[in-house]
Amino acid sequence: MVSIRPEPVTVGGVPLSNHILLAAGILGTTGASLSRMLNMGAGGVVTKSIGPLPKDGHSGPCLVVLEDGLLNAMGLPNPSMEFVDEITTLAKKPVVASIFGGDPEEFATVAGWFSGKVAGIELNLSCPHAEGYGAAIGSDPALVKACTEAVSRSGVPTWVKLTPNVTDITAIGKAAEAGGASAIVAINTVRAMRISTGLRRPVLGNRYGGLSGSAIFPIAVRCVYELYEAVDIPIIGCGGIATADNIVEMMMAGASAVEIGSAVYDNVNVFEIIRKELYAKDGVRHEEIVGCAHG
Amino acid sequence: MRRSWGAPMADGIPLTVTITRIKKETPNIRTFFFEPPITFNPGQFVMVWVPGVDEIPMALSSVNSITVQVVGDATAALAGMFPGDRLGIRGPYGNGFTKGEKVLAIAGGVGAAPLLSLAKADCVMTLLLGARTETELLFLDQLDECTDVLIATDDGTMGLHGFVTSLMDDLNLATYDRIAVCGPEIMMRAVLAKVAEKGLAHKSEFSLHRYMKCGVGVCGSCCIDPSGLRVCRDGPVFPGDLLQKSEFGHYMRDASGRKKNL
Repeated sequence: MVSIRPEPVTVGGVPLSNHILLAAGILGTTGASLSRMLNMGAGGVVTKSIGPLPKDGHSGPCLVVLEDGLLNAMGLPNPSMEFVDEITTLAKKPVVASIFGGDPEEFATVAGWFSGKVAGIELNLSCPHAEGYGAAIGSDPALVKACTEAVSRSGVPTWVKLTPNVTDITAIGKAAEAGGASAIVAINTVRAMRISTGLRRPVLGNRYGGLSGSAIFPIAVRCVYELYEAVDIPIIGCGGIATADNIVEMMMAGASAVEIGSAVYDNVNVFEIIRKELYAKDGVRHEEIVGCAHG
Repeated sequence: MRRSWGAPMADGIPLTVTITRIKKETPNIRTFFFEPPITFNPGQFVMVWVPGVDEIPMALSSVNSITVQVVGDATAALAGMFPGDRLGIRGPYGNGFTKGEKVLAIAGGVGAAPLLSLAKADCVMTLLLGARTETELLFLDQLDECTDVLIATDDGTMGLHGFVTSLMDDLNLATYDRIAVCGPEIMMRAVLAKVAEKGLAHKSEFSLHRYMKCGVGVCGSCCIDPSGLRVCRDGPVFPGDLLQKSEFGHYMRDASGRKKNL
């Protein structure tokens, strides 16, 4: 396997202690939990998505564990503005605030709460199961551009997380780039459903949900590969990454860094485990392999 | 991503169980027996899905029962169900109580549910059972059959007039190798203060209740301060020394993640 030289990196304007971030919506509800993941080897952490008003989320079941993935519909639960207090102890750490809103103004407002308090903002334009938010906006290139502009104009590093649940993800990626995004994060979960045959109804309280984990890794690789050919800003690969070799593969597709989420289900120590395997002093610089599978 | 523990299920899709019998335990608490049974360790929990309503974490009181006090939408809907009705169950999840040979168990209210299976495992020397009033004492007969039970009621209708913590004053706590506690958090905090005073916090274990969404250690909604540990996966049973100087007994978070004081 290819090893990578361990060195601090800056991706999309955000300085990271390594290439592997904790993905949004995973163990990111409290400052203490984010801090724990940084201490356990994450190169950066993305918070739970924060919106303009507190939300309780969908009624349960909110998640089921499948053979090779997780199916969830949380419904964007979040404490809204109160969350800013959660991360005061993490000032100057590689923390990226994930935010959502219903329109460009709401995105600008929520991003403003975190001004000077985080290293960057990640726009959730991709949650597949929250009405009026997330993918409802993220599948419309004009809205993606407008929401990205509303946040990037303040000068804060602005990452845009894309949904794979569109016909052409490159059109959305280009819209984010045109709106001033510093990086693209691809992908969020794939819209999915399972039904309890015993209870004769969908297993999720919200009926529809998003699939993550190993099952969607090939979809994520394909999306990153397509985006690498379409945009010039860095891409952060996300979706089913569970091993060091998965990271190398994502980098070869075009990712400059990666986010890991569902793999914490198998082992909460996944960052430390992968780091040990991925990095070696005599390894290649990551620039040598990013996008090398193209051409 | 194979399940590394838990009852047999197809994938991790909730197991469908059928309610076979409902027993009124106290004026406010009922036990729902179901089939098929679920293998678990005392202190582990399951996610109980009341179809069309919600899914909530709950202790098993035996391999085929949950014991329920109405506290919200899902438990209220459960209370309206009948034999023949179906539920979904995921789990068991979490760590459970550490095994001991001379265990002191301390139960408050519906907190007796997870301790009943521990008592039936024949390792509990003494069990302190507390409730608001005599009629709310849970599982008294069953517990009496398998261990030495001491009683306290808030109103003095049975046993010691006062809190379950007062019963601890007459015991030599050093006799026990483990102290297993489950009950209202204010009561558990008082128990922790008492065992810590005697330098025994490391021998004590507390079963925590927090709002949960995923139940499997992924979403982060049940993480406790300041450790960031997950109640659903790293707990729900935590050693007392780990809970000192924590949010335990002071505050918890609601469904949105906002802090609310106890």
